[in-house]
Amino acid sequence: METPLAILIGLFFSAAIYLMLSKFTVRILLGVVLLGNGVNLLLFTAGGLTRSVPAIIPAGADTLSHTAANPLPQALILTAIVISFSFFAFLLVLTYRAFQDLGSDNSDEMRLAEPRDEPSPPMGY
Amino acid sequence: MAATTPALTFAALMLPFLAALLAPMLSRLMGHRAALVLALAPALACLHFLSFLPEIAAGESATGGYVWVPSFNLSFSWFLDGLSLTFALLITGIGTLIVLYSGAYMKGHPQQGRFLAFILFFMGAMLGLVVSDSFLMLFVYWELTSIASFLLIGFDHDRAEARRAALQALVVTGGGGLALLAGLVLLWNVTGITQLSLLLHSGLPLSASPQYFAILLLVLAGCFTKSAQFPFHFWLPNAMQAPTPVSAYLHSATMVKAGVYLLMRLQPVLGDTPAWEILLPFFGGITLISGALLGLRQTDLKMMLAYTTMASLGLMVMLTGFGSDHAIEAAVLYLIAHSLFKGALFMVAGAIDHETGTREISKLGGLRKAMPVTFAAAALAALSMAGLPLFFGFLAKEEIYLALVDGNPRAIFFLCLAVIGNALMGALALAIGFKPFLGPNRPDLGPVHEGPWGLWLGPVVLALLGLLAGVFSGTAHQYFSTPMASAVLHENTVIDISTVPHLGLPLLLSVLTLILAGLVLLQLETARGLMRRLFDALGPGPDRGFDHAVQGLIRLSVVLTRILQPGRLEIYVTATFILLALTLLVPPFLFNEFPAMPAFPQTVALHEWVFLGIAVIGVAAVLRAADRLTAIVALGIQGFAIAVLFLLFGAPDLSFTQFMVETLSVVILALVMTRLRLTPSDHRPLLQRLFDGTIALACGTGFTLLLLKSVETPFDNALTDFFNAYSKVIAHGANVVNVIIVDFRGVDTLGEIAVVMITGLAVLALVRVRAGTKTELGAGGAKRTATAIPIGKTAAKAPTTKAPQAKPSTGRPDR
Repeated sequence: METPLAILIGLFFSAAIYLMLSKFTVRILLGVVLLGNGVNLLLFTAGGLTRSVPAIIPAGADTLSHTAANPLPQALILTAIVISFSFFAFLLVLTYRAFQDLGSDNSDEMRLAEPRDEPSPPMGY
Repeated sequence: MAATTPALTFAALMLPFLAALLAPMLSRLMGHRAALVLALAPALACLHFLSFLPEIAAGESATGGYVWVPSFNLSFSWFLDGLSLTFALLITGIGTLIVLYSGAYMKGHPQQGRFLAFILFFMGAMLGLVVSDSFLMLFVYWELTSIASFLLIGFDHDRAEARRAALQALVVTGGGGLALLAGLVLLWNVTGITQLSLLLHSGLPLSASPQYFAILLLVLAGCFTKSAQFPFHFWLPNAMQAPTPVSAYLHSATMVKAGVYLLMRLQPVLGDTPAWEILLPFFGGITLISGALLGLRQTDLKMMLAYTTMASLGLMVMLTGFGSDHAIEAAVLYLIAHSLFKGALFMVAGAIDHETGTREISKLGGLRKAMPVTFAAAALAALSMAGLPLFFGFLAKEEIYLALVDGNPRAIFFLCLAVIGNALMGALALAIGFKPFLGPNRPDLGPVHEGPWGLWLGPVVLALLGLLAGVFSGTAHQYFSTPMASAVLHENTVIDISTVPHLGLPLLLSVLTLILAGLVLLQLETARGLMRRLFDALGPGPDRGFDHAVQGLIRLSVVLTRILQPGRLEIYVTATFILLALTLLVPPFLFNEFPAMPAFPQTVALHEWVFLGIAVIGVAAVLRAADRLTAIVALGIQGFAIAVLFLLFGAPDLSFTQFMVETLSVVILALVMTRLRLTPSDHRPLLQRLFDGTIALACGTGFTLLLLKSVETPFDNALTDFFNAYSKVIAHGANVVNVIIVDFRGVDTLGEIAVVMITGLAVLALVRVRAGTKTELGAGGAKRTATAIPIGKTAAKAPTTKAPQAKPSTGRPDR
């Protein structure tokens, strides 16, 4: 099962990076979402796959059964999902506001911070 | 005594720093009188160090300290012998006078508190430097003195010259300090010793080590920069931009001697080799002659003194490296004499400047009636510098000639240098000490009178000490010169030169020096003109070179910045991902670490294939999305497919969270996307698409390979086992994932919640900020040339500011 998933993850990364290489903020945003999912799947697969036995300690026992899933990557991914959602929400609003205020969704035209003809720094002391 | 001394010494070492902290507050409360209180700090430290005198004079040494980082064999430890004690007494003694002097000199200056704080900070650093035993401590204090010097030279930071001089001094001496660090680390590597006292006692034959030459060069780089030796001398004259107390204290009496101090300190370890005896006298000799000649050119009292200081430092280095016991003794005597007379003369120059408003020697004259006390101090100090009998300077010069009188050509050569250098310095000394005071009154100076007592106390005390030490040479030698010379030589020696006339070649040479000095003094104007023409003919020196280097650095950084930060996001992103692809793919190629070919067919159930397929379709649809709705739906499809995959592989928590987040994302996207524009298809030309696609595919392949490789290796279950074993027993939870999140990593989760909250606030802030008038901003955004407006501010302010171009210049002073 790891191999098909690994290929799927490669696909996620490729698609995400292809989108992020675009100039347009909306596509970059879509790429970021895909990247987040790809990373989560990567962690999940790398942590070892087990089919359908959740990491829950059965009643009466003190530890998990041997077939249970690895809880550690799940805990990490859970945090990652929430963080990437926050990130996505913030990026989305930022994209929206940038589009509203700058009238463009082309990153090439957003040059407030790094203007094209920036003057040279002073040569004195 | 033994029990309290380490604590007391530590207190004495920290006292100047404490006083530095108090200085601004005291100055605000008491005005210039704060200096009286602050002078107590160095005075008390001086008293403490004086209590060591009998012990050190008896040939012993005192060590003490505290363990700092035991695992690295580092300690905060000090080491007092004749050398460091004499330095400590010079630093605290002259320091006391300088603080009093600063109080009078800077009276009424709004920044007096800051000035005193810097001076005291420097004092603490310098004191730490000379008593340091551990290498690291020495280096830290060494650099602290450089930083203090930077702050003090740039004290008048409104003037560009002061800023330039400060930066130059910092670059030169700080850079040298780094070389010194490398040298000390190398020394540590070779010997395994981190303490100077142990190094001195070890008697290791360091000169036989193959690293010796590297160590020597690195240490010399540190010492030569600090002590302004040619070709690093240029920063010292420029440092005269600092207020005069600084020039008197840092740039003549103490800091610039740090290099000489270290050379003397390491002389038993590094000295006595051909390299040492060639490099030191050579560079010292050049510095001596060039400093004296450059000094002749000057008319500004401080500049004349600065160049003679440079020459004196050259003389000391030359003697330290000459390679005979007498030469070392001469260097020691000259060092003490120099600190006394040069400190006094600088303070005199400052007092004259303070009272008359000028330091130009040609404009000064006839001040003897108006400033009799200052005149007396100046005359005494100048006579000591010129080396007249009775004065300590005379003893030093006699010892120098005694050391250099030797038949061999090398000694004769350096003897000539010493005579010429001493004569020129003597002429300058007499010019500085007498010219402003003698001659007719200069009415253009206006009414001049003696400065307040703080201004003449320092010069008078130092000049008198120079005389007394010469007259009572026996006592001076017993307590200062002999222990210091013994420490430098690391063997017992006795200095017995006295002012009682001793006929012989040295005395003859002294007379010759004085005659030469007198001749130059009479022809000073001619000599000045001659030197000006000579140095003009020689062309620009290393001082201009520094400017070129700095400008070159700025230009290089501009070019580099333009290349690396062209301001286009896609270039940054492309570079990042190319680098990522290389990091992922190159190492497996290099080390042949590709994963084994996986076996097919794998055990994949049909429904698993289905959801994998759905995820692929989702991703493909996102890639090809031509309108907003498709994009939203496609994004949802891949997200939900992943949620199902999580569910299938035993992760219900993940699955539910993913479902929720995907749902929310789709809703939010649907809300916002309707206001955004999604270009129907990628605008990239085909070639660009191929290029980007290659990068993307390379990265994706890299991740696939990485994952396959990591799955091949056995999984380390240590952490999982830990959580598994304890989640029920300790945390009383059955759902291990939840236990990890809320219990074992509870603080982490709190941080996560904080991130979500901050994001929420940021989103709210972004949405609530009133949208600017779109057209104005849209037009301005493309055309705007202004630089320093943060984006957030622009969004907030733009509607009201019509011309933001004018704004940034106010925030950044034009340098």
